Amino acid sequence: MRAALSPWEGIRTECRVISALMLRETITRYGRHDVGVLWLLFEPMLFTTGVIALWDLVFPHAPTSIPMVGIAITGYSCILLWRNTVGHSTHSIRPNTALLYHRPVRPIDCLLARVGLEVIGATASFAILTFFFAFIEVIPWPEDLMPVIVGWLLMCWWAMAMAMILCSAAERSEFAGRIWNIVSYLLMPVSGAAYMVYWLPPSYREWALLIPMVHGTELIRLGFFGNTVPTFGNPYYFACSNLVATLLGLAMMRDISSKVQASW
Amino acid sequence: MVAVEDVTKVYPTRDGPHTVLDRVSLSVGFGEKVGILGCNGSGKSTLVRILAGVSQPTSGRVVRRMRMSWPLALGGGVHPSLTGLDNLRFICRIYGIDYRSKLEFVEEFSELGRYLHEPVSTYSAGMVGRLSFAVSMAVEFDCFLIDEVTAVGDARFHEKCRRELFEKRGDRAMIMVSHVGSQIREHCSRACVLLDGRIHAFGDVESAYSFYHGNPV
Repeated sequence: MRAALSPWEGIRTECRVISALMLRETITRYGRHDVGVLWLLFEPMLFTTGVIALWDLVFPHAPTSIPMVGIAITGYSCILLWRNTVGHSTHSIRPNTALLYHRPVRPIDCLLARVGLEVIGATASFAILTFFFAFIEVIPWPEDLMPVIVGWLLMCWWAMAMAMILCSAAERSEFAGRIWNIVSYLLMPVSGAAYMVYWLPPSYREWALLIPMVHGTELIRLGFFGNTVPTFGNPYYFACSNLVATLLGLAMMRDISSKVQASW
Repeated sequence: MVAVEDVTKVYPTRDGPHTVLDRVSLSVGFGEKVGILGCNGSGKSTLVRILAGVSQPTSGRVVRRMRMSWPLALGGGVHPSLTGLDNLRFICRIYGIDYRSKLEFVEEFSELGRYLHEPVSTYSAGMVGRLSFAVSMAVEFDCFLIDEVTAVGDARFHEKCRRELFEKRGDRAMIMVSHVGSQIREHCSRACVLLDGRIHAFGDVESAYSFYHGNPV
């Protein structure tokens, strides 16, 4: 509970606290050794590069005019974004209860700091890899950045909302905290990362389009490859799903915030 | 001022709900020094947490119109895997202070020397206490919450803390919590006794003491 502030002061305090938490997190997580904080983007970059190589080996003659590397970069970067964000944020409150000792720090700040770090890492990795593979002409330069940015931002929002839901669920039950690994693994094939909706038989398309993340990957690919393959991404549908998920997440966070205790 | 009004705190336990604070009310104005006496388990720490705003009451209201400190106790509020300096930076950032303006004071006061650049986990208990106290003096508060502060450091450091807290910041409000509390007698103008989750307020410290000693638990 903070003293009543004007909205502007509130936002400034919030930004200050979250950035302080992010800086602290980079030191506790990566230390000041060797490349330190750069692991934040090296790790997803190495991961994505590995997957790109693998997919390219396994499907050298993908039945599409789009290079497999392009599918892999756009798809796997999205997977890493939501999988890492949620995975690293699920247990962001329990280990940080000592920080709640300081009244400006609230449980949701600990969560948002971790979400922020993962989003920065995943975004940097995606941008660098795209630039690199386009530069060496393995994939064409993205045709239109606008759908890419919209799709990616909606994807980040989705990751944040999921992180709030999973984090508060994990705070309530041990089971919920452990299930994310399994759920995220099962979500991977249906998330749109490894397929495009157009490749599906028409009767399956509407089912695929119920999954919010599919709209993200479709939008990003529209931006990357234009109309080489027709895409079906609907930003409004994705935004509405995100809004619902965010409201649910905020309500759940509010509920657990009154229960967690500062520790010392 | 800071006030709690009809605050109740209930913790869930295996044997059902346990009421730690039962409709507790307390109000402390600017510059006032109030002691809270209570034996172990009387709900002192819970009340301190609620006053500090790091724990929410089950019911009742908290009004906070002063900048409240975090509870000053042995070694609280610092993070073991960060260095002393990183702890200072982190806390200054949270409270919106430029850490460089406080660095000299913290270096001098904590007497940590080159250990300021080592992780807190390598410190002795006394060093942690010194750092924690120095950092809390770096942030300006209107009201200090003092939880059994007697435990920090040796006699000389004790004297430094006393000067910093009770002389230089003698105009601030203070809420001191203790189960013995010769300090309460020394510094407070009035005191309350926590007994079985209920608060008993007294206008002067001596009446609080005689009540406290008349009700051994």
